[in-house]
Amino acid sequence: MRTLLKLTWVELKLFVREPVTMFFTLVFPIIVLFVMGGVFANTPDPDAWRGVGAMNFYTPAYIGLVIASIGLVGLPVHLSGYRERGVLRRLRASPIHVLSIFSSQILVSFVIAVVGAIVITAVAMPVYDVAAPEDLALLLAAFVISVLTFASIGILLGSVLPTTRAAQGVGLVLFFIMFMISGGGPPPEVMNEPMRRLADLTPLKYVIIMLQDPWLGFSWNMANFGIVAGFLVVPGLLSVRFFRWE
Amino acid sequence: MKPVIEVEHLRKGYASVVAVDDVSFSVADGEIFGLLGPNGAGKTTTVECLQGLRRADGGHLQVLGIDPQSQAGQLRALMGSQLQESALPDRIKVWEALDLFASFSPHSADWPTLMEQWGLSAKRNASFSSLSGGQRQRLFIALALVNRPKVVFLDEMTAGLDPGARRGAWELIRGIRDGGATVVLVTHFMDEAENLCDRLAIVDHGRIAALGTPRDLITEYAGEVRVTFSAGEADLSWLAEIPHVRQVKRRGPVVEVAGDGPMAVLVAGGLVQHGMTPADLRTEQSTLEDVFLKLTGSGMGN
Ligand SMILES: Nc1ncnc2c1ncn2[C@@H]1O[C@H](COP(=O)(O)OP(=O)(O)OP(=O)(O)O)[C@@H](O)[C@H]1O
Ligand SMILES: [Mg+2]
Repeated sequence: MRTLLKLTWVELKLFVREPVTMFFTLVFPIIVLFVMGGVFANTPDPDAWRGVGAMNFYTPAYIGLVIASIGLVGLPVHLSGYRERGVLRRLRASPIHVLSIFSSQILVSFVIAVVGAIVITAVAMPVYDVAAPEDLALLLAAFVISVLTFASIGILLGSVLPTTRAAQGVGLVLFFIMFMISGGGPPPEVMNEPMRRLADLTPLKYVIIMLQDPWLGFSWNMANFGIVAGFLVVPGLLSVRFFRWE
Repeated sequence: MKPVIEVEHLRKGYASVVAVDDVSFSVADGEIFGLLGPNGAGKTTTVECLQGLRRADGGHLQVLGIDPQSQAGQLRALMGSQLQESALPDRIKVWEALDLFASFSPHSADWPTLMEQWGLSAKRNASFSSLSGGQRQRLFIALALVNRPKVVFLDEMTAGLDPGARRGAWELIRGIRDGGATVVLVTHFMDEAENLCDRLAIVDHGRIAALGTPRDLITEYAGEVRVTFSAGEADLSWLAEIPHVRQVKRRGPVVEVAGDGPMAVLVAGGLVQHGMTPADLRTEQSTLEDVFLKLTGSGMGN
């Protein structure tokens, strides 16, 4: 436990010392928030955004985007960089267990996601008059599950992608596709059939719905949750199986 | 007493090469055991199999009564490792790395003391990426020792250290051994092997070419002794009668006697007996380097 906390604390300090990653994870979603807010403001449209105001729709979606950016870009690049440079080799020769390494990555993801969520909410609520979450308890549960899901995907990507370059390439492509079609870009109602089909394959779509439901006052969608749980469990098991130290 | 490390017929190949062909040795408790050999001989591969970092293709391994292949987790808590190739995160600070690695074990050493001993105190707040090669190396050695290991594996520990730091490192490693640890040391420095190792194995092409104390290896494989002195025109025919003398050469006033074993003392005794006390008598003994070159050939075979 002491080891895990210490490792997590060191990893957090390392994250803060890495300005590019910090910027991408925390600042990029804010920029997108301002762009979308500037274009659509927050008047409800019965034919788009699940019938709610655009910014009511996008605020939980961009919390999802921060979480996705951690899992698709930050974590895989970090882990594969450790592998490529030989940091994992050194850790492997020490008494630390691979699950402690995974756990510390999950805890770091949580801290970053919480900071990102607070910043987005603190900007969106006053600037665009975004409504407060309807069911805070369920929203927090959805948030925790979302972070775990993308941490699990991130650990899998970081476990199998051999180099930093590979992780950056794959991660950024996945991130931008999901950003565009999974709920962070144009409203799902205006997308064509192939785009929607593609979106159905992305975990971010379900994570965004899971975050939006309690925020907007829709009821908890069990089928949607089941899909998210699948995106949590399957990559988690695969990473334990396919993790490579070098 | 059961040896701390036992290696029997270790074999390990990579896709296209046999890195370790057939290696057997054992290391006793409290020993400093050296592995010497040309590049690509299989030293690192052998050590990494013992650390449980690589899976052997064949043979039997035992470290502290633990099988490094199947019980690596148990072994890691008891061993310390300085790897030939590894890294730390670029932006981690020296003290953070020591503090972190100390937290991996409940009975770790006091890391500020280690930091001081290995000359890193002035670099306490420096990031890993800003350290010089030798400073990084010293940090890795300190990290290998921070969990008070019972067995320490040091793979080219003094590569990149300046001469002063190397001697300092030897002293500290002797201290670790005196504290009860067993040390396995891979090195390319003959003086290091000769000064620091109780016993050593010379590895070549994945096999052990010779094994023993540095002294035994020199006597066995390169027992050549040479004595030179000036004798003017004196009659030296008696030299040929002295046991262990093989050859006597005269170049002007200089005499060069070649032989083996205790030849030097016998020649010196003979000189005194014949009333000669040359002031410039020198003896030359073979060194470990001669043994090394004799056993492994010279040049870049690999
Ligand atoms: N990961 C690897 N994949 C393929 N071949 C390898 C690998 N590691 C080592 N080898 C090969 O195995 C052989 C033994 O390598 P090893 O690293 O054990 O040598 P070494 O004795 O430590 O050499 P050096 O003194 O240069 O460190 C070499 O021929 C090397 O090319
Ligand atoms: Mg080596």
